[in-house]
Amino acid sequence: MRTPSFARRRGASITWAAVIAAVIALLPLFVTDVYTQNILVLTLMFAALSQSWNILSGYCGQISLGHALYFGLGAYVSTILFTKFGIIPWIGMVAGGALSASIALALGYPCFRLRGHYFTIATVVIAETGYLLFLNWDWVGAALGIQIPIRRDSWLLFQFPRDKIPYFYFALALACATWLVTWIFEDSKWGYCWRAVKDNPEAAESLGVVVFHSKMAAAAVSALFTSIAGSFYAQFVGYIDPESVMAFQFSLLMALPAVLGGIGTLWGPALGALILIPLNELVRSYLGGSGAGIDLIIYGLLIIMISLARPEGLVSLFTRRKLPALTG
Amino acid sequence: MTAETILQSLLSGLLTGLMYALIAVGLSLIFGLMDVVNFAHGEFLMAAMYATLGLTLVLAIDPILSAPLIAALMFAFGALVYAGIIRFAMRARTNVGMVQIFSTFGLAILMRGLAQFFFTPDYRSIQHAWTSGRTFSVGGVYLPLPQIVGALVSAAAFGGLFLLIKRTDFGKALEATREDAGAVALVGINRNRVFMLGWGLGSALVGLAGAVMAMFFYIYPDVGASFALIAYVTVALGGFGSVFGALAAGVIVGLVEAITAMLVPPSLKSVGIYAVYLAVVFFRPRGLFGSM
Repeated sequence: MRTPSFARRRGASITWAAVIAAVIALLPLFVTDVYTQNILVLTLMFAALSQSWNILSGYCGQISLGHALYFGLGAYVSTILFTKFGIIPWIGMVAGGALSASIALALGYPCFRLRGHYFTIATVVIAETGYLLFLNWDWVGAALGIQIPIRRDSWLLFQFPRDKIPYFYFALALACATWLVTWIFEDSKWGYCWRAVKDNPEAAESLGVVVFHSKMAAAAVSALFTSIAGSFYAQFVGYIDPESVMAFQFSLLMALPAVLGGIGTLWGPALGALILIPLNELVRSYLGGSGAGIDLIIYGLLIIMISLARPEGLVSLFTRRKLPALTG
Repeated sequence: MTAETILQSLLSGLLTGLMYALIAVGLSLIFGLMDVVNFAHGEFLMAAMYATLGLTLVLAIDPILSAPLIAALMFAFGALVYAGIIRFAMRARTNVGMVQIFSTFGLAILMRGLAQFFFTPDYRSIQHAWTSGRTFSVGGVYLPLPQIVGALVSAAAFGGLFLLIKRTDFGKALEATREDAGAVALVGINRNRVFMLGWGLGSALVGLAGAVMAMFFYIYPDVGASFALIAYVTVALGGFGSVFGALAAGVIVGLVEAITAMLVPPSLKSVGIYAVYLAVVFFRPRGLFGSM
């Protein structure tokens, strides 16, 4: 597997990533209007989310459509710790991440016995159960949600009521971190185990890959970063309710960029997010208005066309030659 | 809580369950035939409901009479979706499962968008159906007539489906194709044609469900989403591909929902269904009647 061309490609990837990250970091110098800054933050956040989802669902092949649970937990844990106990969001972010990873492990224990659609539906109903419980749980605001009290611009409290740029840099850092984690895992023991589990679990098991542990590791890493993005989102929008952070729609939104960009690839989630999120926002603001449905029509057609025309994802447009070792 | 209210809840749970079974069976049929999960299944239901509403408003045909017509329309629509999208999705050489999931998911979004565009997001309902507002009472238990008609249509559809699968050449071709889609070509069955008819049949069944449901449920662009998840859980609970499993699981889901609603706040009633699904698959990873 570890051919010279693979090593060369990894070297090229990290160089490209550094250049792209540096260019993005300079964007705030030119982009001054709040609307565009908002789209940039969301794009980076979804790149990070989709990259996290891709670890479990893309590399390890366990399709989860319940990641909204971890996103929502991240948002709720940091928000509740801050509003009820005065604990700063940074500690809340870590606590939320730890809780989400633990829950992913606890749920993985029974769920990873399931295969294919049975597994995917289990992830959906577990996330829906969480959503319904939060919707009916008065202590956490139930359907009304929680407003994060605004104090002042502060990195300590991670809130900037009048400025989007700090959020932009955090989202960029998070997107880079998830990309880097994926890059490191690609060439680690776990990375190889995950791809083996995805391609053929029986064969992997017979070669000594502990399938169950591989899935658990992928689930924990994936949930951790999804949850961190959840805490970030709560600070960014300043108000959360179950509908906006834990609904099923969110699980799909996380999966779409990776699927359209290229599932189980290093660059797929970022590429998918770069195309989908701005497109979605622009179509919605220019054609959406009063639920006319044109935004959904365009979005739906696009998804059908890309999935039929480019089954391996848009990232395949950039690869001249297929690397057999890495295609799932 | 009196014995009568409990009986009332259980009976209406049973009627709802038969509806769930009718909604789910088309999904299960298509999956059994070709391993494809139609993520636009809820939107097929929505389309059938709007079509029923349209026939009522424009031609003043009662939903009960228009049901066969809606089923026929949905048969054509399902066959068309197979020929226009699914056939191509199955040709993908990589990520086959993903392509199928997301091409049908894209279709779902497209259909919702079209419904919003043409019919606006408003909630609509059929006011003057023959069954509207009538109830039927047995021993102090009152059941609304539309739901009873729905349950009867569902039972009749399952009866017809059973005969179709067991007694006709098409049924035999269907069974043979789901056993081994490659080998049927050797005995002169056109696999593509069976797949297309299978999509037609599965869509006709959900169309029937939509026509009946239009009598007693609000019609709006997102209506499919609320039933789609229940349909997927029903199909998985019964075992993907099993027609009898879908019927049994539909009834179980309806009853569990009714019982849960008696015990916890009604807004949490779905949690009971989810818990039963998880409890079943943790012990039987292929659902109640799924084959390995």
